[in-house]
Amino acid sequence: MNREMLLEIKKVTKQFPGTKALDNVQLSVERGEVHALCGENGAGKSTLMNIIGGLYPPTDGELFFEGKKIAPKNPGEAQKIGIGFVHQELSLCPHLTVAENIYIGRLPHKGDMIDFPKLWENADEVLSRFGANFSSKTKVSDLTVSEQQLVEIAKSVSLDCKLLILDEPTSSLTDKETRKLFEVVRSLKQENISILFISHRMPEIFAICDRVSVFKDGRYVCTMNVPEINADDIIRAMVGRELGNLYPPKSSCIDKTTELLKVENLSGKIFKDVSFELYKGEILGFAGLVGAGRSEIMTALCGIDKKTSGTVWVNGKAQSFKNYRDAVDQGVCYLTEDRKKQGLYLDMSIKSNMASANLKAVSKGIWLQEKLEKRLADEYVKRLSIKVAGIEYPISSLSGGNQQKCLLGKWLSIKPKIIIVDEPTRGIDVGAKLEIHNLLRTLADEGVGVIMISSELPEVMGVSDRVIVVHEGHLSGEISEDDMMTEENIMRLASGEAV
Amino acid sequence: MSVKNGKTTGRNLVKKFFAQRETSVLIIILIAVAIVQIIQPKFLNVSNLKSIALSVSTDGLLSIGLCLALILGGIELSVGGVAAMTCVLTGYLCLAGVNVWAACLVSVLAGVAVGLFNGLMISKVGLPPFIVTLGMMNLSRGVAYILTKGSPLSLSGYLPDSFRFLATGEVLGIPMLFIIFVVIAVVAHIFLMKSNVCRNIFYVGSNEDAAKHSAINVDRVKIGVYVTVSVLATLSGILSLGRFNVATPELSVGAETTAISAAVIGGTSFTGGVGSISGTFLGIVLLKVVNSALVMLNVSVYWQDFVQGAILVLAVTMDYVTHKDKSNGGIICALLNKVRK
Repeated sequence: MNREMLLEIKKVTKQFPGTKALDNVQLSVERGEVHALCGENGAGKSTLMNIIGGLYPPTDGELFFEGKKIAPKNPGEAQKIGIGFVHQELSLCPHLTVAENIYIGRLPHKGDMIDFPKLWENADEVLSRFGANFSSKTKVSDLTVSEQQLVEIAKSVSLDCKLLILDEPTSSLTDKETRKLFEVVRSLKQENISILFISHRMPEIFAICDRVSVFKDGRYVCTMNVPEINADDIIRAMVGRELGNLYPPKSSCIDKTTELLKVENLSGKIFKDVSFELYKGEILGFAGLVGAGRSEIMTALCGIDKKTSGTVWVNGKAQSFKNYRDAVDQGVCYLTEDRKKQGLYLDMSIKSNMASANLKAVSKGIWLQEKLEKRLADEYVKRLSIKVAGIEYPISSLSGGNQQKCLLGKWLSIKPKIIIVDEPTRGIDVGAKLEIHNLLRTLADEGVGVIMISSELPEVMGVSDRVIVVHEGHLSGEISEDDMMTEENIMRLASGEAV
Repeated sequence: MSVKNGKTTGRNLVKKFFAQRETSVLIIILIAVAIVQIIQPKFLNVSNLKSIALSVSTDGLLSIGLCLALILGGIELSVGGVAAMTCVLTGYLCLAGVNVWAACLVSVLAGVAVGLFNGLMISKVGLPPFIVTLGMMNLSRGVAYILTKGSPLSLSGYLPDSFRFLATGEVLGIPMLFIIFVVIAVVAHIFLMKSNVCRNIFYVGSNEDAAKHSAINVDRVKIGVYVTVSVLATLSGILSLGRFNVATPELSVGAETTAISAAVIGGTSFTGGVGSISGTFLGIVLLKVVNSALVMLNVSVYWQDFVQGAILVLAVTMDYVTHKDKSNGGIICALLNKVRK
């Protein structure tokens, strides 16, 4: 059965100064299908989306929409044709109401005045199509991220879009919110709207997508029917080679007699009475829902945020960190989950970023030594095989995976005794993910204490030797036996039930 | 092959040289001086150069402060007020019979107190720097008016020669005031570029959250910068007292905007994380050269603000336009490319 093609892309090439982001690629989207786009970072997915969404024109090649050739010059034109684009970073006016955001730039009016009754009515009607449980009079800033995303989708749908591009829509959603988003996607599909869905998460692709197209290094690899394949097929196409084990082997040398870290009755703003130990040689995983308090436990432990009570022992010595500097001087560090906001100095050089936690090591007295700074950056660029054009370039020029490796290098340079990594592989590609997992394992083997927070259950189970689950600010359980480590058991603990 | 390489590196060096903001500003200064000199040959005489140097010095101290505050990602609007307050305070104490050096010390302490107040309000309380220093601008100016009851205090006969020498003396024909300013600027430049303490100002200005997550004591950095800025303003106030022999509450009215302009013309980013003292130095020199040129060309003083504003807008626009395409090497390279085409 041959279905009608909504969007066809033929031989599109995009040349940026210095790089060819897309090389002669093709893609076709059927009417009413959910089509996934996969590929490592830098594979060209975003460039292609931006071309379809009218953010910039292709250097070469043609786009057809409903059989007609199109060349949208800006997002407004793309919208008129029927292409909606929901970006990963939402772009709403937070101080205005939902309705005003949906109808921004085309508010219904009577004469010169805004026709508010009609505005509310129209907006509520659009929202009701997705079963939204908030009114169109709500201020956007009062909504959760997933609700704001719904507003963005409603905005596109109210413009009668026929193709909706969702760029990593689930990256900041909880599992429950993700399920809700999927319902919305399914109802859009019912209305014969096509969805282009970008995601790094395999289970999501298998949950809602009909077909998947894979890109690699700016080239189109293949398109597959999702029901006929499994995750390995996609990964193989993405990396272009067979992946051996997805995760490094577990530890064989956990020394239960050496406590690198011990935490007793730690309490803070949103968590209470947290106690646990970290043994030499192991990777300790922290699982739980987003917002359960995992990151907050760790930032309080390191003195980044205030704790209200509790004691922390490092290598058997009680420590009271007055601030984060104290903790870092004792070799305890925390790698943030929010790379862009809390991790990187985007406009500064790679070497300045890597030295930022450790200026003493690159100084003599109070004077910075450029030579030492370069040596430090070079050392970790080499050791972590970070792909850089030069350590003088701004860190914003690197891909997500390489930025994350720079941050790891920054913390390794303090010679940590305990390193806490929070969502260490969020939004980075499969290859870099594997390297980071291997690195964490090497560190643990060398005797560095490793704690990893992750919302990706396969990652938590694959990498950790032991998993502690957090539920609404307290520890709801611990899983150390391999056969008990199942997604089901972790999810039960994470939602507050017993195993 | 090696020749070819030598050529390309040479060209890169040239490109790098022209990509520096300082180079652009310096060339604009030279062009401005050349044009004025042709029209008005008296422009480059010794007494005029000295008067430019003097006015560069006092406002230059404020500009260095603004440069630091802007790199930090903040702003300091109270520098002019603090200069007036400390100038008046020092004069007031001298008239009351206090030794001039003791009076200076009291003023410096007052400056430190103002900086501490600003810094604490901004870091610990978390108020926006614009609001805190806007309030302090009026507070400090108010103190100056209260102490003087609105009219300038004359100090003739009260200030010892040793003190006045700092502001009006000359060494080898160079005004002492200018020497002091240059020394402070050079020291500030070296510290800002080379010391690890000052590097933290760039980190905080570039991304405050990331600085916090890099174990940098953000509050301490902020307080340190605001105290430094206030102390620089105090120095400017005290030296102005020595220069004019009068303690006037109207000192440095509007100087904060001149100082911001100088820093921004010199390449300091308004959003933090980028900037240099050398650029700021040239920025204030450019503004003062143009002011002096207007006087020498018999343009009405009422044009000064207008021209200063125009220079600022022009500099920032050119910067924006030329740096949108990062591959290109600043204003001069852009112009050269245009000419070549």
